[in-house]
Amino acid sequence: MNRNVVDDRNVKALAGAVKACWSCRGPVDVRAMFCATCDALQGPTAVDHFERLELSRTFDIDLADLDRSYFRLQRLLHPDRFAAKSAPERAHSLAHSTALNRAYEILKDPLTCAEYLLTCLGAPLAGEDKTTADPVLLGEALERREALADATDALAVAALAAAAERDAEVCRATIGRAFTGNDLKAARAHTLRLRYLAKFLDDARVRQPRGAARRAASAHGATT
Amino acid sequence: MVLLDIHEPGETPVPHAATEAAVGIDLGTTNSLVAYAVDGKPEVLRNIHGEGLVPSVVAYLDDGILVGYPAKERQFDASDRVVSSIKRLMGRGIEDVKKIAGTLPYTIEPGSEGMVRLAIAGRRVSPVEVSAEILKTLKSRAEKRLEKSVARAVITVPAYFDDAARTATKDAARLAGLHVLRLVNEPTAAALAYGLDKGVEGLYAIYDLGGGTFDVSILRLEKGVFQVLATGGHAALGGDDFDHLIAERFLAERGETKPSLTLVKSALNAARTAKERLSTDHEGRWDIDAAGRLSTHNFDRVALETLIEPLIEHTIDIARHVIEDAKLAANEIKGVVLVGGATRMPIVRRMVAGLFGREPLSDIDPDEVVALGAALQAEALTSGSNTLLLDVTPLSLGLETMGGVVERVIERNTPIPVAHAQEFTTYQDGQTAMLIHVVQGEREMVDQCRSLARFVLRGIPSLVAGAARIKVTFALDADGILTVSAREELTGIEQRVEVRPSYGLAPEDMEAMLRSAMEHAREDVETRLLTESRVEGQRGLLALKSALRADGEILTPIERRTIENAMAGMERALSSTDRDMIEGWIEKLDAETLFFAERRMDRGMKTALEGLAIESLESKLQAAATTGSADAR
Repeated sequence: MNRNVVDDRNVKALAGAVKACWSCRGPVDVRAMFCATCDALQGPTAVDHFERLELSRTFDIDLADLDRSYFRLQRLLHPDRFAAKSAPERAHSLAHSTALNRAYEILKDPLTCAEYLLTCLGAPLAGEDKTTADPVLLGEALERREALADATDALAVAALAAAAERDAEVCRATIGRAFTGNDLKAARAHTLRLRYLAKFLDDARVRQPRGAARRAASAHGATT
Repeated sequence: MVLLDIHEPGETPVPHAATEAAVGIDLGTTNSLVAYAVDGKPEVLRNIHGEGLVPSVVAYLDDGILVGYPAKERQFDASDRVVSSIKRLMGRGIEDVKKIAGTLPYTIEPGSEGMVRLAIAGRRVSPVEVSAEILKTLKSRAEKRLEKSVARAVITVPAYFDDAARTATKDAARLAGLHVLRLVNEPTAAALAYGLDKGVEGLYAIYDLGGGTFDVSILRLEKGVFQVLATGGHAALGGDDFDHLIAERFLAERGETKPSLTLVKSALNAARTAKERLSTDHEGRWDIDAAGRLSTHNFDRVALETLIEPLIEHTIDIARHVIEDAKLAANEIKGVVLVGGATRMPIVRRMVAGLFGREPLSDIDPDEVVALGAALQAEALTSGSNTLLLDVTPLSLGLETMGGVVERVIERNTPIPVAHAQEFTTYQDGQTAMLIHVVQGEREMVDQCRSLARFVLRGIPSLVAGAARIKVTFALDADGILTVSAREELTGIEQRVEVRPSYGLAPEDMEAMLRSAMEHAREDVETRLLTESRVEGQRGLLALKSALRADGEILTPIERRTIENAMAGMERALSSTDRDMIEGWIEKLDAETLFFAERRMDRGMKTALEGLAIESLESKLQAAATTGSADAR
């Protein structure tokens, strides 16, 4: 009895594991990008952004690895590779390339990467608004905003931005440790803080003449 | 004959590669060029006099249409019939044009639906038609030079061109009988020519100041990858504006308050000559002999630079902004490449050098580098290549929400192709329709952005305000052209629109033009359809060959012969130019090999099932072994 149940499940898994290639109509692994028989490009499968870029699901992504993987896959799948091919292949290539760009954009930025990883791990930040944020964070955000509003010259704004950038750096490291230790509660809290800091840095950028923040930030970079 | 050619699977050969060429075209404000690349070596296609540039000038005369130098020569004796700088009007609406109308030497009239028409010699022509004339000339030059038919091209556009201008450019190509393989951004094309030619790597800025547009892009060049990090610019700022400033000064010196069209053209001509000469000379005298009076104007480089410095300063400002968008500092950029005729001016070089703290590079002719890059890309798209161009969208895309506020859906500098979805809801009880207004631009309010399209999503279920869930998806393809689709999530009602710019050509106009204006339109359409059928037929044939190689043994000799007969029929069809026959064989081949496909699928499923059974057996054994060893311990 028990045996039969297992077999049924196997058949179900199998139905999802092999499909007919749209081009040669023979069997092809559902996860395959290209048909093993006729080499036709298949449509993209629904996988998460990490798997899409063939990276392990972690917050601490090495940006060089990310670039390498992204470039390698775009080289295979970009619409420019299929400009002279048939319409279905052009459409699949567009879908693949679009999905790769989306994954790359999200994983490249530590903030969106952390937000996305939290969603993957079943602890999304969505719906989290200011009222549910912890009071310490709220206090900090308020203090920074007031300081920014009071800042009278570009130099003062740049100094605030540089300080926020330092805090963001520390915050990113803390998020990394939280994910490594599988402490999702801490990861959420610090990602929320990073979101505040990113928003603050955006506002600070608007407040100062172009280039000033960069100069301040790179000056800081040179001393550390 | 392509009978029984052997190809690697998937390497669909390009039909008639030997008799058909794909070229690169730089469709410029002032000048246009066509180039062609073989084995990664691009070359500008010149006329018998060795001239590469085709002035982007079209003359509508009683006995025909002239393009290029012949048209330019007529701008004084037939000034009301000669059109130049048409690129500035591509994809523009009458409202946009009012702002620059005073600077254009021809009369602009509103066409239907707010579209622009030029009143020329008693006829009304659209910017798309004028551009098509230039493209036709480039196409025929290429065909003469290469002795091949040219039906496909890569055409460059300013990076800062919006969706409307890009669509207009594609329409012009279609009208000229050219299939656009890809629209490539001008600075990216320049980087391609530069990177491949000079083998440069690292972070580069491309400063492209043309006749009518300004672009600046920051790229990362690495092992054949050309990754655009950020781009920006101004869609109506270029050498033309310098000419106008100088011409205004000359006209003021003449004491003219209401100059005639001919006089304006003469003044502009003198201004252009002065501007070009003052790149090498320090001073000079220019004559304007028009409207029955000769005037002489002294002008020097210092005066010129004082006049145009605010405009150059503006480009430097934009460049600064783009560097910041790329999250870089100017000193991190390893090199600056100058593109466009206006970058020959010493003041431009000086100010660009000042911004980046280094001397800019210009060892490829700034007039030709874009066309050379386009040719390289045309070759890459048709013959394959190891280089990879990853471009971005220059402008944010959004939707109008309550109170005329823009809700951004795609941010500028996002890599393309891209698709983003955003959910919206109704704001009134029982609301069953929703106006979707698509805008492009960086400003907060709708009226400060460019309106691209409006459409109505109907059939929303009647619910209380805020209950409906409408998911709007924006998709930009690799040409930067937008498609918007909207879907009501509860009912699944879906609408998809190819965004036609609000100020462009209506599809009916386009069809009418294709029918009337193009004597070869029918042939061109037929050629394109034939090419598509061939590609599809080839694909089916190659897929079948691969399948036979892999699974041929499951066929009886008789079955195999049936399939081979059908394949031979397809091969014959492919060597003909009969599209109906090819289409017929595509269907026949499909039908006659269906049993083979089904048998392969059956076998594939069985094999997979066996594989799975062995896998699960193995994992069970392994589990048992692990338990065993654990017990032993």
